[in-house]
Amino acid sequence: MSGNGHSQSGVRFGMAIDLDRCTGCMACSVACQAENNVSFRADESDKLRSITWLEVYHLQNGKEYPDYQFTYLPRPCMHCDSPHHSPCTFVCPVNATTRDEVSGIVNHIYPRCIGCRYCIVACPYHARDFNWWDPKWPKSMESMLSPEVSTRMRGVVEKCTFCHHRLLKARSKAYLDGIDPNEATYAPACAEACPTKAITFGNLLDPESAVAKLSKDPRAFRILAKLNTEPKVYYLSKHQWVHKLGDNSF
Amino acid sequence: MDKALIPEGVKRCPLPAFALWVLVLLGVIGWGVYAGIMVLLKALNLTGLNDYFGFGLYITVDLAIIALGAGAFFSGFLYYGLSRFFPALKELHKIINLAVIVGFVCYTGALAVLLLEIGQPIRGWFGYWHANVHSMLTEVIFCITCYAIVLVIEYVPIVLENRKLSEIKPLRLFGHNLHELMAIFALTGTFLSFFHQGSLGGVAGVLFARPFAYRTGFFIWPWTFFLFIFSAIASGPGFTALICRGIEKVTGKNLVDRSVYELIAKIVGGLLLFYITLKIADTLYWALVLAPEAGLKLTDFYWGPYGIWLLVTEIIICGVIPAILLLTPKTRQSNIIMFSMFFLNCVGVCINRFAMTVQAIAAPVMPFDKWEIYVPTVYEWAPCIAMVAYCILIISLSYRYLPLFPRERELNPAP
Repeated sequence: MSGNGHSQSGVRFGMAIDLDRCTGCMACSVACQAENNVSFRADESDKLRSITWLEVYHLQNGKEYPDYQFTYLPRPCMHCDSPHHSPCTFVCPVNATTRDEVSGIVNHIYPRCIGCRYCIVACPYHARDFNWWDPKWPKSMESMLSPEVSTRMRGVVEKCTFCHHRLLKARSKAYLDGIDPNEATYAPACAEACPTKAITFGNLLDPESAVAKLSKDPRAFRILAKLNTEPKVYYLSKHQWVHKLGDNSF
Repeated sequence: MDKALIPEGVKRCPLPAFALWVLVLLGVIGWGVYAGIMVLLKALNLTGLNDYFGFGLYITVDLAIIALGAGAFFSGFLYYGLSRFFPALKELHKIINLAVIVGFVCYTGALAVLLLEIGQPIRGWFGYWHANVHSMLTEVIFCITCYAIVLVIEYVPIVLENRKLSEIKPLRLFGHNLHELMAIFALTGTFLSFFHQGSLGGVAGVLFARPFAYRTGFFIWPWTFFLFIFSAIASGPGFTALICRGIEKVTGKNLVDRSVYELIAKIVGGLLLFYITLKIADTLYWALVLAPEAGLKLTDFYWGPYGIWLLVTEIIICGVIPAILLLTPKTRQSNIIMFSMFFLNCVGVCINRFAMTVQAIAAPVMPFDKWEIYVPTVYEWAPCIAMVAYCILIISLSYRYLPLFPRERELNPAP
């Protein structure tokens, strides 16, 4: 891995998820599923093969009542900002997954993916899912698929894109409004759907943005920060046991 | 016709017995091909793979068989490259044909299984077209392709030595000229295969977010590059010797002088000692420096069926003990000990490839993750077993119809 770092613009989209606010309602996960045409099967009991871009984990402190505590932890793709490459992007043999250095978003080019699953192996967050079957939707749902997000075929990998298509829309709108497209901001479906506003999204490099401020909050931590993956998703919790569960370094 | 194809002056089993043997092998290959076609048609959901275990039996078997096939390039390197400086290595001439064939079947077999491994096999060529120069898999794809081609070129002159084929003058001349060029191909193959083995090591070592597999660099990042090369060259020649011994046992003949096995035992013992020393140093650095840096300790990497016994078996039972016994002249005198140590050495390299492939991803990374267990299905076992049957088939046909062992006639005089 080169230590030269990477050229980046003034935009680094990131997310802050306040676990103290999260109720585990899963609205974020459902919104993500609907927004991104994530396919599902009649039997989704095999969780190791179900496609979930935004998985909600149930964490417990392991103590008995009355000290028992639990929290929910929504986990989108971390869009790792590690120097030069994300763990998943530099292993892909066909450049099917790349990090856009203008926005910092890690994307996946489905028609180019050969389905080797090396990126799945490289990702410690299990943020990537493989299409083990041909995607199928009930007939009545087909007309409800979003035309802005391509569906994925069998045999390729897919993952959270921070609703990249919304960014493209926001950039187009900014351009038409005479604003610098690089200043365009937007909200992904999960952040929009959260009823408790636990998810904040924006430009981490803009010191005035809410997400940048939250990322510096004393309650903030990142999952597996010690692995130098530089995840762009921050979590907030006032509980030290949650911090400890997020990273072995605590 | 069958008799006319058999090399002059050697004895082979009756055709019906051989035909029955081939039929059995073809049956196993057919079973594997059926399973493979089903995987291609119905997708990888037939396997035991999932989003936790992106890699499984296919990759493990590929890595293992390619490491064991390293006897081809390394024996070629010793014979064609170094024997002019170390005349003792000329002994390898007696087994070099078999080494080439073992390499050929291992590589071509691995390529066939690799096709099943990818979710979109029709896009397999994207590896050449959209190559990502940063990816270790790209290096693997290019090296395996080039080296497989070199092995085909190395195999062709052996095929052309067939009694009937060599009667055709143009073929005989072509084969003879290829023989003259073989040193060049052998050394090209050495270069390619060194890189290939190394890049396979890199596939695991570069996973910087997977503390089980990740390693830092030593001139080249990661140093698993070197570990995979050394483990392959330390086990490959022993695997070739084991196959040779297997053929001897099945046919009831002596095919090479014992001095060849002795020489291989010394080479393998020395290389294994060197490799296992590096592996122990690597394991210590991993356990004492890299794992703590990731907030983990050695015991966090081992659990249930993926217990510490794998590490002990790989390093002590299949590494240290074979190295010592193969380097000790007294124990090397015993055929049972020598071939058992070759076998353990091969088992060790297979465990290593399994650990760096499956166990590396079985170990949880996020503190709230839990261990998962990977169980391959028959759709994974069948193509892998069929690949072994394919290897045996090619070796059987080659042994029957090609003059593989130059000393066979002298060692087995007609009664």
